[in-house]
Amino acid sequence: MRTHERWAYLALAFLLVVGLPLLNSLPKDSPLHVSDFTLNLFGKFVTYAILALGIDLIWGYAGVLSLGHGVFFGLGAYAMGMHLMLEIGTQSVYRNVLPDFMVWNRVTELPWFWKPFYSVPFTLLAVVAVPGLVALVFGFLTFRSRIRGVYFSIITQALALCAWLTFNRNAMNLGGTNGLSGFKTIFGFSLNDPATQRGLYVTSALFLCAAFLLCRWIVRSPAGKVLVAIRDSETRVLFCGYSPAAFKVFVFTVSAMLAGVAGALYVGQVGIITPARIGVLPSIEMIIWVAVGGRGTLLGPVVGAVGVNWLQSLLTTHYPDLWLLVLGGMFVAVVLFFPDGVVGTVQKLAGRLRRVGGELKFDPAGGERPPLLPQTPPPVRKER
Amino acid sequence: MVRHILLALMLLSGLAAPAAAQAPASTAPPPEIAKAIAEVASSDGAVQEAAAVALGKTGDRKTLPLLEALREGSVAVRSLPGGKKETVIVGDKVSEGDKTFVPLFTAYGKDPILAPDGKPLLAELSTLEEVATGRSLRLAIRPLIDAFSGNTQLADAAWTVRKSAATKMGNSGDPAALPALSEALAREKDRWVRYELEQAIALIRLKSGTEAERAAAATALGDLGSADALDRLRDAAADGAAPAALRQAAADSVKRVERWALLTSTIQTGFQGLSLGSILLLMALGLAIVFGLMGVINMAHGELMALGAYATFVTQGLFQAHAPGAFEYYFLVALPLSFLVSAAAGFALERGVIRFLYGRPLETLLLTWGVSLMIQQGLRLWFGAANVDVISPQWLSGGIPVMIGVQLPYNRLFIIGLAAVAVAAMYLLLFRTDAGLRIRAVTQNRGMAACLGVRSRRVDALTFALGAGLAGVAGCALTQIGNVGPELGQNYIVDSFMVVVTGGVGKLAGTIFAAAGIGGLNKIIEPELGAVFGKVAILVAVILFIQRRPSGLFAAKGRYADS
Repeated sequence: MRTHERWAYLALAFLLVVGLPLLNSLPKDSPLHVSDFTLNLFGKFVTYAILALGIDLIWGYAGVLSLGHGVFFGLGAYAMGMHLMLEIGTQSVYRNVLPDFMVWNRVTELPWFWKPFYSVPFTLLAVVAVPGLVALVFGFLTFRSRIRGVYFSIITQALALCAWLTFNRNAMNLGGTNGLSGFKTIFGFSLNDPATQRGLYVTSALFLCAAFLLCRWIVRSPAGKVLVAIRDSETRVLFCGYSPAAFKVFVFTVSAMLAGVAGALYVGQVGIITPARIGVLPSIEMIIWVAVGGRGTLLGPVVGAVGVNWLQSLLTTHYPDLWLLVLGGMFVAVVLFFPDGVVGTVQKLAGRLRRVGGELKFDPAGGERPPLLPQTPPPVRKER
Repeated sequence: MVRHILLALMLLSGLAAPAAAQAPASTAPPPEIAKAIAEVASSDGAVQEAAAVALGKTGDRKTLPLLEALREGSVAVRSLPGGKKETVIVGDKVSEGDKTFVPLFTAYGKDPILAPDGKPLLAELSTLEEVATGRSLRLAIRPLIDAFSGNTQLADAAWTVRKSAATKMGNSGDPAALPALSEALAREKDRWVRYELEQAIALIRLKSGTEAERAAAATALGDLGSADALDRLRDAAADGAAPAALRQAAADSVKRVERWALLTSTIQTGFQGLSLGSILLLMALGLAIVFGLMGVINMAHGELMALGAYATFVTQGLFQAHAPGAFEYYFLVALPLSFLVSAAAGFALERGVIRFLYGRPLETLLLTWGVSLMIQQGLRLWFGAANVDVISPQWLSGGIPVMIGVQLPYNRLFIIGLAAVAVAAMYLLLFRTDAGLRIRAVTQNRGMAACLGVRSRRVDALTFALGAGLAGVAGCALTQIGNVGPELGQNYIVDSFMVVVTGGVGKLAGTIFAAAGIGGLNKIIEPELGAVFGKVAILVAVILFIQRRPSGLFAAKGRYADS
């Protein structure tokens, strides 16, 4: 990476991690003051950005389109939410150690799978381990039998549907349709305190930086090269003696763990997690963040997640009916006209400008990048 | 069928003739009825009730209008010139200036009372004394009217009416209905009505017969395999006060009925699975062909189906508004129309956007998903977010009883038939026509087919439209058995993709078997695990299945690494 690019990234990270909270702590009448609400909103976007990085890792680099990432996000969020529910203790409406929804459902004893969530270390472990394990098993079963392309996408979509249906059930003891909410404290800090929220924001932003670095490390490692090779021609990778399935299972699991972390950070800041966040529609919405931002770049998903969600929060407050039309239109427009997304298009333009400007020396980053999707040769179909 | 109609006509003409003869001579009621008619107007509730029951007990059909009028509160007493009083039935009110007039009818037979000039007599409302009817009186009258209507319905021309009348009388458990039921049984020829009659008689006997009769009735109910009687038989078997013989007979019958119920519910479930599978098949057929041909996964397929359903809804509305007489046949118009609407939408979709994305299946998937969101929101803005009502035409409601406790609804039969016709048409199209030959050629080797002069792009567009049209037909069929709302497509799309994945690509047989299998499995698992875990179980089953057969049930044989 060239030096000025590195500086730009550092400046962006600094703005996210330190800048916004600083602006938030300015006096309220200052023109630069960022309200608690805005900071909280950005905190949510930052968790989405972590999630989007994970999706980019598997889609943008390995070429595997998962339409079920909402499930992993939800698993992380529910794991954290369960701990927060237990932390409420007897401060709940019914003054019962059990969460309120269990009292409504006449559950008299805490179900066994809730009990370990009293422990903070277990919760933190579960936040990454549960989505990771699910992804590992699911990925192993699907990639091993060489399910790929649209088949994989459809299977993961079915996974999202099933997870949504399951979490909606009251009998699961996970709050049913209403999900988990009404949290009071997180690890002893009051969630109503703006300082706690600021702390959560900074934590999320730090995690985003860490996730970014992790993804960059993976992408630049030899394994990352294999991932890109799988994206471009899986069969050739297979014939070169690599096992694409192993690489895909690995990256799918990492991606799911990132989603789990994002979910856990999301719960603390938003204060509620419901099955509506993990269904088919939210899962595919996550894809559009990455597509709009620019897949196959690491900055793209961050830009996309923040940008699209910002637009959504603006539009849904003013024109609630229009949002789905805009979202649908965005899918169509990005696929048809901006397959590289915002970041990819800007990079391309910058590269072209530079060349037009007479800079003729070889420029690996600014020039033509390899195609983003497997450019399958114009369908030469199988013969019988 | 023809025989039944003829029979009905004969019956009708036979009934009509004496009635016509009697009409002019407004007969006076027999004295005891006349007395009861006078007493019905009494201000003493107990007297009223006794009189009403007495009227009902006579079984004289001419007293029915009076009982019905009593229930509606349209009975009045008018003063005759000689100081006498007469109970009359009051008709609909007519306002003239500030006075309100009502036509009057006789209490016995509800014949219009004529004025001296031969016109119907209009009496001023204020000169009449309205008869008050209390709640207890109305409650007492209801079974009387039911008995009348039951007896009438037992002789109705339509067997469904006779059947439901028998069921109703049996459930009422009123011993007074026994003679009418036995009489009806003696003349009844239809086996399903006979069954209901026998069951009704046995039910009544079980409730209020002698000891021997009750035991016999319990055994009879067991022989009939009557699921309706199961609760009562269980009660009888558990009743400690009942004689041992009865308890024994009831317990035996419970066992037999339960065994029979298991059989019938299995058949019923299989049938429902078959009809669900047919809908899935109609959906998946289009999906699979398009997928096989172009490698395109069409996420908007469900919305094309919703378009078909809404086209049916709109057709229904147009018929209601402009041709209410032909309403029964709206469905026959809606079926091709929904095909055309969806096919046109599919054609536009293919020509408009999808053709730019060949060879990029994942991007097409995202794009069609975006289109589906837009169609969905468009439907929501246009028709509202709530489900709309589609009324089934008469000829699709009801069903054929095939055995005791098993009825095959016409609408589901129709859907199964529709799917069969669609598959047959698809087969003929693909394997017996030139167009089909071209579709198969492009599916197998696009480049080669194009070299040989097949206009592959045109084949693509038309095939896509065809697949979309099939989805429209599925949507139209679905209106008969499910809800129609903007999210209609979403509910079926995942299932139909499962069918495509399981069935493999480009093989009709694979799609058919997968649709039947997944539809059937859905309905079999549902009662055991509930709808939610049913879906989960199917996903797990599909994932495990493709472990064994990664390219579907009937994979194309070949040695390509990329398939």
